[in-house]
Amino acid sequence: MSSHTAEDPNRRDFIVIAAQAFAAVGAAVALWPFIHQMNPDASTQALATTEVDLSPVKPGQAITVVWRGKPVFIRNRTPEEVKAAKDVRIADLKDPLARNEALPDGSRATDENRTKAGKENWLVLVGICTHLGCIPKGQSMGDARGDYGGWFCPCHGSHYDTAGRIRQGPAPANLAVPPYEFLSDTQIKIG
Amino acid sequence: MASHESSFRPASRAGKWLDERLPLPRVMHGQFVDFPTPRNINYLWTTGGLLTFFLGLQIATGVVLAMHYIPSAGEAFSSVEAIRRDVNYGWLLRNIHMVGASFFFLAAYIHIGRGLYYGSYKGPREVLWIIGVVIFLLMMATAFMGYSLPWGQMSFWAVTVITNLFSSIDAVIPGLGTRIVQWLWGGFSVSGTTLTRFYALHYLLPFVIAAAVGLHIWALHVVGQNNPTGIEIKQPSDSVPMAPYAIFKDIFALSVFVLLFAWFVFYLPDYLGHSDNYIEANPLSTPPHIVPEWYFLPYYAILRAIPDKLLGVIAMFSSILLLIFVPWLDTSRVRSAKYRPVYKWFFWMFVISVIALGYLGSKPPEPPYVGWARFFTAYYFLHLLVILPIVGVIESPRPLPRSITEAVLGKEPATQVASAGGGK
Repeated sequence: MSSHTAEDPNRRDFIVIAAQAFAAVGAAVALWPFIHQMNPDASTQALATTEVDLSPVKPGQAITVVWRGKPVFIRNRTPEEVKAAKDVRIADLKDPLARNEALPDGSRATDENRTKAGKENWLVLVGICTHLGCIPKGQSMGDARGDYGGWFCPCHGSHYDTAGRIRQGPAPANLAVPPYEFLSDTQIKIG
Repeated sequence: MASHESSFRPASRAGKWLDERLPLPRVMHGQFVDFPTPRNINYLWTTGGLLTFFLGLQIATGVVLAMHYIPSAGEAFSSVEAIRRDVNYGWLLRNIHMVGASFFFLAAYIHIGRGLYYGSYKGPREVLWIIGVVIFLLMMATAFMGYSLPWGQMSFWAVTVITNLFSSIDAVIPGLGTRIVQWLWGGFSVSGTTLTRFYALHYLLPFVIAAAVGLHIWALHVVGQNNPTGIEIKQPSDSVPMAPYAIFKDIFALSVFVLLFAWFVFYLPDYLGHSDNYIEANPLSTPPHIVPEWYFLPYYAILRAIPDKLLGVIAMFSSILLLIFVPWLDTSRVRSAKYRPVYKWFFWMFVISVIALGYLGSKPPEPPYVGWARFFTAYYFLHLLVILPIVGVIESPRPLPRSITEAVLGKEPATQVASAGGGK
């Protein structure tokens, strides 16, 4: 019996398999630059920060600023709006997670976890609907604010409450809280 | 290729010389002059020619528009306005390209509807049909990227909404969806970077479509054309040569269709678009009511009908991808709905549900529209997944004629039949 039968792997089989594996890995490696060129480059990724002066924003008013090309909603909430947000039971929320970059991932979506302690009238949110990325209405005085007094996304009908939490509609998550800190009582730095 | 006698005779010495070296004229003659065409095809069989024409028209106008368009966030909008106002005949070329996209889709929908009605997807035409679905998907991707280029409000927000569809993958693998979306964008939001890559792909994809159309026509010429009876060509009297019979039928239908097209190009160029797209893109303000172009409205209605993000996206994509499986979902042995008394009614109900979804997709996402969109979405899937398999089993089809000739000339295939192939 010769050693060159199909059932009996020999040196040629080994060379063929090794060459094919080498070619496959090489092709995959060569492909990577063509894919990776589309990812955000370092200049885009460099974490830009935005400083915002809050002094002109009176209770009940809101401003929109730009951070990393995205709109950020800053609302000076009235005591009624804060109370409405605090009175909601977590069990009633569609998304029970805080979505706050400053807190651990599993944090609950209480109003306290969506704001900074002692500054609870200030709500800072990334103003992008978590459904498909539209900008919800509710920043201007005349805007529709939805059934829960926060924001309303006109694209596909998502309603957010006064803590920016999804209450009704197709959006899967609460509006995100970006990383930010108070530099003074009237100034914050986002990013 | 379907076999038939070649009538190709090179007329000149040069023609003969080439025929012995690269018989391309012989192949073209065989496929587009001698090719046997069922003698009974109706005007719905001219839509393939229409679609080929519109693909060529879009490529021709697109290439010259690309000579004037500037794919950057700062200049895209004004360069499109300059094309319309300043470039010599720019208004005409842009209107043809813009309205051409709509008419391309109109012809494609008629073409797909014809396939569904006459069972053109059934064996041996499954591969032909699947290539068609692939072409349709490529058309949708091309049209979507093309719509982003004018960089108006609807362009920008359509790109935002549609690219964000991929973020729904976050519900399965957290973080992956966001990575994919940022990869598509080249940043953390839709920007000029996104516009430039969409422009590159918008220029590439039509040529991919052209290649796929080549395969589609190749597959068609292997299995032969279906026809209103759904019976194969069995004898010479069942067919006529493609030229002049089918070719001139195509040319006549094309002339009529282009007349309607020209009316839109010259008198109603913006009727099928949205006026908000003449406002330059603003990343900080979403238009109060985002709607896609009319040809995407049924899928948009399906997306919005489902209150869960991931399931909505899955439903929208599967509404098209399911078409791939139609050859196997339809269990009937009879092709043409002409001989299927039950399926015929369900076909028209399916058409009505697609049109209803199109209407509902243009309406805001609120009652009563959302409720109706759910109803028709459910019916859409019910048709493909339940009605199509069951009707094929329970229905008793009407008796089929024995041949195409019998369907056209009646039961006596005597002397007339013999002369029909010769073309009287």
